[in-house]
Amino acid sequence: MASVTYRDALRQAMIEEIERDESVFLMGEDIGRYQGTFRVTQGLFEQFKQKRVLDTPISEPGIVGIAIGAAMVGCRPIVEMMTMSFSILAMDQIINHAAKIHYMSGGQFKVPLVIRGPGGAANQLSAQHSHSLEGWYAHVPGLKVVAPSTTEDVYGMIKTAIRDDNPVIFTENPGLYGVKGEIPTEKDFTVPFGKCAVRKEGADISLIGYSRMAHVCMEIAEELDKEGVDAEVIDVRSLLPLDTETIYDSVKKTNRALVMYEDWRSGGFGAEIVARIQEDCFDFLDAPVGRIGGLNVPMPYARNLELLCIPNKDDGLAKAREVLS
Amino acid sequence: MSTSSKAGKQPAPPAKTETPDIALLEHFYREMLRIRVFERFSEQAYRAGLAGGYLHVYTGMEATAIGWLSCIEKHDPVITAYRDHGHALYLGCDATACMAEIMGRSGGMSGGKGGSMHLYSAEHNFYGGWGIVGGHIALGVGLAFGTKYQGSDAVTHCFFGDGAANAGVLFEVMNMASLWDLPVIFIIENNEFAMGTRLEYHAADTELHKRAEGFNMEHERIDGMDVLEVRRHARRIIDRARKTSRPYFLEIMNYRFAGHGAADNDQSLYRTPEELERAKKRDPIALLENYMRDNNVMTSEKMEAIQAEVEEEMEQVYTDAAASPKPEPHEVYSDVYTDMTPEKGH
Repeated sequence: MASVTYRDALRQAMIEEIERDESVFLMGEDIGRYQGTFRVTQGLFEQFKQKRVLDTPISEPGIVGIAIGAAMVGCRPIVEMMTMSFSILAMDQIINHAAKIHYMSGGQFKVPLVIRGPGGAANQLSAQHSHSLEGWYAHVPGLKVVAPSTTEDVYGMIKTAIRDDNPVIFTENPGLYGVKGEIPTEKDFTVPFGKCAVRKEGADISLIGYSRMAHVCMEIAEELDKEGVDAEVIDVRSLLPLDTETIYDSVKKTNRALVMYEDWRSGGFGAEIVARIQEDCFDFLDAPVGRIGGLNVPMPYARNLELLCIPNKDDGLAKAREVLS
Repeated sequence: MSTSSKAGKQPAPPAKTETPDIALLEHFYREMLRIRVFERFSEQAYRAGLAGGYLHVYTGMEATAIGWLSCIEKHDPVITAYRDHGHALYLGCDATACMAEIMGRSGGMSGGKGGSMHLYSAEHNFYGGWGIVGGHIALGVGLAFGTKYQGSDAVTHCFFGDGAANAGVLFEVMNMASLWDLPVIFIIENNEFAMGTRLEYHAADTELHKRAEGFNMEHERIDGMDVLEVRRHARRIIDRARKTSRPYFLEIMNYRFAGHGAADNDQSLYRTPEELERAKKRDPIALLENYMRDNNVMTSEKMEAIQAEVEEEMEQVYTDAAASPKPEPHEVYSDVYTDMTPEKGH
């Protein structure tokens, strides 16, 4: 095991996959000569040249459409979105095309495509560059959607995504790129989709989150621990497919749950998790399921207002205490 | 065709530069008739309630797909929009499977999950069959990107309509196709209507092929009603694309004898009966019949015999497709993913 950043772990995994399989290549805006806006692809253009690390024009629908076509003939493209907010431009290609081909063709064609990039708020990027869109994508049958939170998961899940024969939306919260951790030395290490990680076992309340919110849930658990509350932390990490089994097992044990997500509170993916817990674990609940999401406003520029919008430890702690009371 | 003089396209006589290849002419005649008669039966299926949704027939445009696709290589990908029956049939897809798909039956090419607009055949390198106007053009360029990446000499043939020539994604992928030297031929099937909006009302310059100039791409406009003329151009252009690995932007002028779709029940909103009659004087099947008669290639008796054979074939296709069972309810969950089933239930 080696200690690296989330960004480095992601890059290292992609390097290994490009070396392992000739059909794997990267394409995106400013990923090559410019080294990538968030430096995830730093050094790759020099290492692999233009065929495997392709700079594209600023044409999101065209880039994704071309990647879909290439995937249909057997390539395995990884498209980097400079930010997931820009994937909104490509949504017709992702939803009307990539997600539908296998079904509409009766299984004749498949689309082994990864669309990855930073999703969520960074630091004062304001309203057009701060979207958390994983909930929108997780709404679409035909797509897989994951949101890893640790170095080990980002390393293992990008490999799973690249080797998957279906279109995968791979979202990286920009706040995680600098997070440090370990990665395995085994190049074939992968993390399967559809399996939650139990980050901390506990008996009194289930704190459920994904991506950066999984870290916030851990912070809340530490605070609760000081108050004598033993919280369990579930990192969902794969939204579609969703591992309800681990979530339900946890809730049935603790009888209380709080779901946290950075996306707009109304209609976000956390609402789906809450709905399922109430449908399937109602008899086990000692209190209504708590829910903390982002404020239902476009992301403001001013730092103090931006910080109001993003759920933090204190928001979660207050809600957890309410669920526990 | 009211815009033909404005568009500068005069009706061209059948190409007489080549010695008639009798077998080829008979092949073209039979295949154009197969599409024509198939489409009559598909409209019949719609009227009979055996087909639903949207259904767009290729009637009147047969010479375009056939003339062009007669010149491609087996490993060349082909992709088109929702007016896809003709391309599928000529590429060799089983006519009964096509009709069964249109009827939403288990014997259909996609087991009844695609329908008229979404015919696909991996076996024939036919990549569909797409319903979002202009959206599939990006995929077409991607097919060319992929085959080139893999080291193949394949050329992708990407068909779309004059309406799709206004979709934004087209301009993005024209740029990338030229920037990256991709072997793709953009083929506008200009039937002069974007649904019910005439070319002159939807395009700032009605010579759509000229749009390629901004992307440093070769382009031209040809007549699409004469199958021999289409074939003559196709051989030259496809050969060039394959040798140079460069894209080509082609506008083929044809005309839609039918409405936009089966649900288009008032064509008087966008054209007069007189205009349609004028266009039908250049019916691609009649043009070929005239050519064959004039050159003593085929007698009227022989033509009638072929017509009867095709009628019989398609009648059987219709009957067999209608006899194909509906898909089983559990099929609703299959093929959403390659390796998993979505969550079940409402």
